[in-house]
Amino acid sequence: MPMVDKAARWRVLWRGIRVVSVMSLLIAGLVACDDRPWNDPYPRDTATSNTLYSSFGERPKHLDPARSYTVNENTFIAQIYEPPLQYHFLHRPYQLIPLALAEMPRVRFYDAAGEPLPDDAPAAAIARSEYELHVRPGTRYQPHPALARDAEGAPRYLDLEPGALAGIDTLGDFAEHGTRELVAADFAYQIKRLAAPWLHSPINGVMGEHILGFAALGERLEAADPEQARARVALLRDTEFEGVEVLDRYRLRITLEGKYPQFSYWLAMPFFAPMPWEAEAFYAQPGMRERNLMLDWYPVGTGPYMLTENNPNLRMVLERNPNFHGERYPDSGMPGDRAAGILDDAGAPLPFIDRVVYSLEKESIPRWNKFLQGYYDFSGISSDAFDQAVRVDASGRPMLTETLEARGVELMTAVEPTIFFMGFNMLDPVIGGEGQRARLLRRAISIAVDMEEFISIFLNGRGVVAQSPLPPGIFGHRTGEAGINPFVYRWEAGRAVRRSLDEARTLMVQAGYPGGRDRDTGRALTLNYEAVATGPDDRARLNWLRKQFAKLGIELVIRSTDYNRFQDKIRNGTGQIFFWGWNADYPDPENFLFLLYGPNGRVEHQGENSVNYTNPEFDRLFERMRNLEDGPERQALIDRMVEIARTDAPWIWGFHPRAFSLYHRWYHNAYPNQMANNTLKYRRIDPALRAELRRAWNQPVLWPLGAAAAVLLALLLPAWWLVRRRERSRAL
Amino acid sequence: MSAYILRRLLYAIPILIGVNLLTFVLFFVVNSPDDMARMHLGEKRVTAEAVAAWKADHGYDRPMLYNAEAEGLGRLTETIFFDKSVRLFVFDFGSSDDGRDIGRDIAQRMWPSLAIALPVLLVGLAFNISYALFIVFFRATYVDLASVVLLVTMMSISGLFYIIGGQFLLGKLFQLVPISGYDSGLAGLKFLVLPVIVGVIGGIGAGTRWYRTLFLEEIGRDYVRTARAKGLGERLVLFRHVLRNALIPILTGVVVVLPLLFMGSLITESFFAIPGLGSYTIDAISNQDFAIVRSMVFLGAVLYILGLILTDISYTLADPRVRLQ
Amino acid sequence: MPLMPVVLWTDALLYLLLALLGGFAWHAARHEHLRAPWRRVARSRIGVVTLVVLGCYLLVAVLDSVHLRLRLADQSGATSAETRYSPEVLSLLDLALAGLRSQSEKTYSAPFATHLYVKEAIELPDGRVLRDYPRLVHGGAHLDDPAARGLDILWRGLLGALLGLALWGAILFALSAALARRRGITPALMRARIKAGRTEVPWRAALLTLASILALGGAVALLAGHYHVLGTDKVGEDVLYQALKSVRTGLLIGTLTTLVMLPAALLLGIMAGYFRGWVDDLIQYLYTTLNAIPGVLLIAAAVLMLQVYMSNHAEDFASLVERADLRLLFLCLILGVTSWTGLCRLLRGETLKLRESDYVQAASALGVGHFTIIGRHILPNVMHIVLITLVLDFSGLVLAEAVLSYVNIGVDPTMNSWGNMINGARLELAREPVVWWSLSAAFVFMFTLVLAANLFADVVRDAFDPRLRGAA
Repeated sequence: MPMVDKAARWRVLWRGIRVVSVMSLLIAGLVACDDRPWNDPYPRDTATSNTLYSSFGERPKHLDPARSYTVNENTFIAQIYEPPLQYHFLHRPYQLIPLALAEMPRVRFYDAAGEPLPDDAPAAAIARSEYELHVRPGTRYQPHPALARDAEGAPRYLDLEPGALAGIDTLGDFAEHGTRELVAADFAYQIKRLAAPWLHSPINGVMGEHILGFAALGERLEAADPEQARARVALLRDTEFEGVEVLDRYRLRITLEGKYPQFSYWLAMPFFAPMPWEAEAFYAQPGMRERNLMLDWYPVGTGPYMLTENNPNLRMVLERNPNFHGERYPDSGMPGDRAAGILDDAGAPLPFIDRVVYSLEKESIPRWNKFLQGYYDFSGISSDAFDQAVRVDASGRPMLTETLEARGVELMTAVEPTIFFMGFNMLDPVIGGEGQRARLLRRAISIAVDMEEFISIFLNGRGVVAQSPLPPGIFGHRTGEAGINPFVYRWEAGRAVRRSLDEARTLMVQAGYPGGRDRDTGRALTLNYEAVATGPDDRARLNWLRKQFAKLGIELVIRSTDYNRFQDKIRNGTGQIFFWGWNADYPDPENFLFLLYGPNGRVEHQGENSVNYTNPEFDRLFERMRNLEDGPERQALIDRMVEIARTDAPWIWGFHPRAFSLYHRWYHNAYPNQMANNTLKYRRIDPALRAELRRAWNQPVLWPLGAAAAVLLALLLPAWWLVRRRERSRAL
Repeated sequence: MSAYILRRLLYAIPILIGVNLLTFVLFFVVNSPDDMARMHLGEKRVTAEAVAAWKADHGYDRPMLYNAEAEGLGRLTETIFFDKSVRLFVFDFGSSDDGRDIGRDIAQRMWPSLAIALPVLLVGLAFNISYALFIVFFRATYVDLASVVLLVTMMSISGLFYIIGGQFLLGKLFQLVPISGYDSGLAGLKFLVLPVIVGVIGGIGAGTRWYRTLFLEEIGRDYVRTARAKGLGERLVLFRHVLRNALIPILTGVVVVLPLLFMGSLITESFFAIPGLGSYTIDAISNQDFAIVRSMVFLGAVLYILGLILTDISYTLADPRVRLQ
Repeated sequence: MPLMPVVLWTDALLYLLLALLGGFAWHAARHEHLRAPWRRVARSRIGVVTLVVLGCYLLVAVLDSVHLRLRLADQSGATSAETRYSPEVLSLLDLALAGLRSQSEKTYSAPFATHLYVKEAIELPDGRVLRDYPRLVHGGAHLDDPAARGLDILWRGLLGALLGLALWGAILFALSAALARRRGITPALMRARIKAGRTEVPWRAALLTLASILALGGAVALLAGHYHVLGTDKVGEDVLYQALKSVRTGLLIGTLTTLVMLPAALLLGIMAGYFRGWVDDLIQYLYTTLNAIPGVLLIAAAVLMLQVYMSNHAEDFASLVERADLRLLFLCLILGVTSWTGLCRLLRGETLKLRESDYVQAASALGVGHFTIIGRHILPNVMHIVLITLVLDFSGLVLAEAVLSYVNIGVDPTMNSWGNMINGARLELAREPVVWWSLSAAFVFMFTLVLAANLFADVVRDAFDPRLRGAA
């Protein structure tokens, strides 16, 4: 081959190397023009600001307080909207305190003739109860264009010309933002919104049973023309109804039918947060909806934060509400709280944090790794990251692993007010019903399904075996020997021990299924399990379940289907055995025991009693229990109800999950509160420390770049050599 | 040529109607309007009245395909199908079942998908073709066999593990790039590095194998033998003849996927939290948001047909012997 | 009867496929022009090696496709005299692997481990509670001292390998005797030829492959009785058992899909190419429309539809195996629907070409009927395309199963499949210490099959494609 050719080739190669190195230098310069870590996912200027970083996995569907009912929506709106009441941050048992109100509501009872009754009157005598709410004067809404006014004091943006929205994409594009004072009529307006049929509020049905004239209001509003959004707002504003009366600028009266002590808990949910009518009138204008400008996406509240950036495709940003009325950090807590340092900020003005950035993060593995790198300030623990984060010491106490401890991460655990259980459909001829045979079968299965093993395999021990429907922390829950379910457990040496499989097999014999075969027909017993297979863990879970039933000789057929069909089966009562859960709306035993109340049956009454359990005595006791104040009388009733339920065993009681959360050392005032969602305002961070640690933890490791280049070269050179050799050999 | 294109565009209409009809039937057999209503109303405390009201509100209370109660043409037009699909043809996607404007979301989420897919395609193309040429150069030797084993190994690894491995190595261990996330503009560049690398590596197995087959087919042709008989060097044969002639199938293979790049990739976008159209579709399916699913399938079909037309055009450009009729 | 045979849908189809293959082989053996390409396959070293590997997979799959229900022991005091069968449907493979199937632990254990992979609270005899790794119930339970397991494994492994090789020796002798008789030489001479690699069919390569498979199989078989050779999964089931059971799933998806789509693709493809005009337009419209819908969506919708059907007819699917089987069949069907378009287009193109060929023109000038022409002249001449597509698609389909499981539209979650194993393993990867064996087992088993199939496909294509014949 001529030498010229060779030289030319080297020139080309050299030019290529030069281009590549210049480009990589450029890129490196682009990335490293400041001293931030290379893998920092946030824009430059936010490193040291008083900003909290968190994530969201699924975009919230509704940020309208009349509609939102899920945890991931509440994460946002509980910081923005302020309902009349809230749960005390530190006090246990959970205590309601005023939030948007100046004081706790005054409750009065009246009989059918309208005569006032004393507070301790029997529930049967009470025909009406009145709640009088005093709104805190001087509270103002967050800045919002709907509340902006022009020089004459007329609303600035409520009557927009067609075309005035050109160039407007978000609320921030409006030039002027205004505010106004919170008044009692705003609460009334929101309660009427709950009744409005076009808003599909999830608590429409429940409130219809309790608030006077609420259901009738819904029917009256039915007539509104769906095409005339603005007319609907006006109609809602003008309509009066007997359940809610605005007494003056700051006073409001809500009237309930009969007695409903749980109503106070509802007043602590965003459903009852005030809503300025101007906001709805603003969003009802033509052209707003097409720009995604609506109450579902741009909330208007009085709370400590407001939503300033709403891009569910990328990130959501909460910022401090400049008009916030001010609140102070609680100055009393439970014993030990002061020593733990949780009261260090007592009396300090809330909120502490200026800005909260929620980034879209769909998968758990990247989320977890970013937490470890310090880019999220707190995190839960997924089942499979558990071993990286937590080890359990000899006494069963969870402790952080050394890696996490070295980073100063802290762990917080709390049993959730939630129960997961396995339900037996009581309408099923084999497994359900009141017959002794089915009851014994259910109890045998309850022993055989080893929930301790389930918790240890699938939840890494993050759960407590349930002995009754009531989770710990809810009135009526009993601990120790008095709290165990005697049909499944024995009390031995100070702890509950699951009864042996032999006992379960004996029960099977008594039920007429010796060895899992029907004594009458000789046929092997086959039961169906209704499953919704959604994740990679399900396969293992289903196999585990089959193993549990196989212990008794029962063949468990997994009927796996999609979520809709599963729901259908439960609704129609055609399922046999299924897994189900319930998360408390409010910390009251009524909210759990009603899951077994006969008139709440799923098939007949579309209620939440998904197993369709009915027991007349249980129902009678429930009706008495729900109107009682907490006390010995209520405890006695609950004890008896739990005993009945355990005897009938309509559920395998399952477990109460224990929430583990981790937070970095610059994150302060973390305290488990399972009922309150508006706890963001109590949190405090130390941004300087965070910036420093992030830098220290995320120094880029550069040798792999060199190594990769070397490997590439090591692969290319022999290849080149091979090509040359082959060519030469061919040429010969 | 323009007459041909026009005819192909007209031909697209019945296909789009067919696609729409099929999507409709499939989706509704699986998710009845009742199911959709329940999904959107949440799990707790849902009543039959609420379900009925939701359906009426979102226009799902009509018959699906044929309205027996209406008069004349209304029998076909006063149905869910007509209602929901006619507007698609003017690219008016309406609003999703949870009330956001779909057109806006698509316009916004298209670019992130493209920002990942385009570099992956180009870099992958360059790498795969070079590697395939290298293998073909050594065909029927141990280099060939070893490469095929390597390629099949790479094909057998699920794409997921490239992602998890890439995040673990580059993001967690070496801390060179952010593990996941996205930003627009230049600031977004560092987020793209990892998904693009992972995408290219994940595509090597199947891609290179495909080009290898293509080149091998080309090498078996008579003109190559003639060229070799003339005494041309092996490398010249490969570059001057094989590669040039294989360019037509390569080109058409690329052109047909070009429009579909907009649709994004499903798993990559989820894992890297990239707000593209792939994750948009998957979210819509899991949330049973029929309005979005329908729009995305429609868009996908339009882009697919566009790809077919572009392929035909590129054929004529690449090979003057082909005439469009 | 001690057992009742059960024939599942996919079993029946697999038998049909085997029968078709047998029939085709018989037919091909009697026609020289059909035999020639196969002879080329048999003379390729890669061809026979991959054939041996594929044969082993096929053997496992066939064993796993003979299903039966065992009779239950008579119950004392049973009122009915009727014989009762267990509701559990088992296959011959299940019976052969009964030990593996029943020896489950509580949760994860590593390959050859004697202790569980996670710590547990162990109650000591004196009442104290200690957190440690407990001994396994089955894995290494015969050892008094777990520390001595290295030697035990080595000894058992060697013994097993020797047994395997002994079996191989028997096969070698039988084979060489048979071959020698056909050629009329002594077996010893035949063996010498094989050893020297001087046979037309590369028997040496085939036998060496078989030797390594048998030695490995023997070692594993002997070890599996006392250890979990590939560890156990999250709920303590043996991973080796799962991986073996997955062979059938993978193989069925790879073959049945093509089998079920074949009639439609053949008929429509040839019709479109042969008749042209409106028939062609219609068929093209059909496959363009189907292609325009993203495949994942189509599959998802179809699988969900099946679930709707099954929950509406729950009583027809009494046992778990039947439910899983129907879902597998349905998956094959729907994968066939999404993939027939490619073959259909190829066939259409080829038919268009053939139609213009002299002999077809001549036949049609002589007034031979359309369907006779198609059957006589066109169908036999496109069969090589069908065959090539079949082997080429095979590995792609096996891999597709794994991807579909990720989106939860793959086979039934209770069914053993590599896709399900890999899908489950994606969370295990994030564990610390990492659980690698489930994934590795699925990967190795799947990879071996896919690699063998791919290499085999290349050989078949080279042998059948006339254009490639004689190329370098």
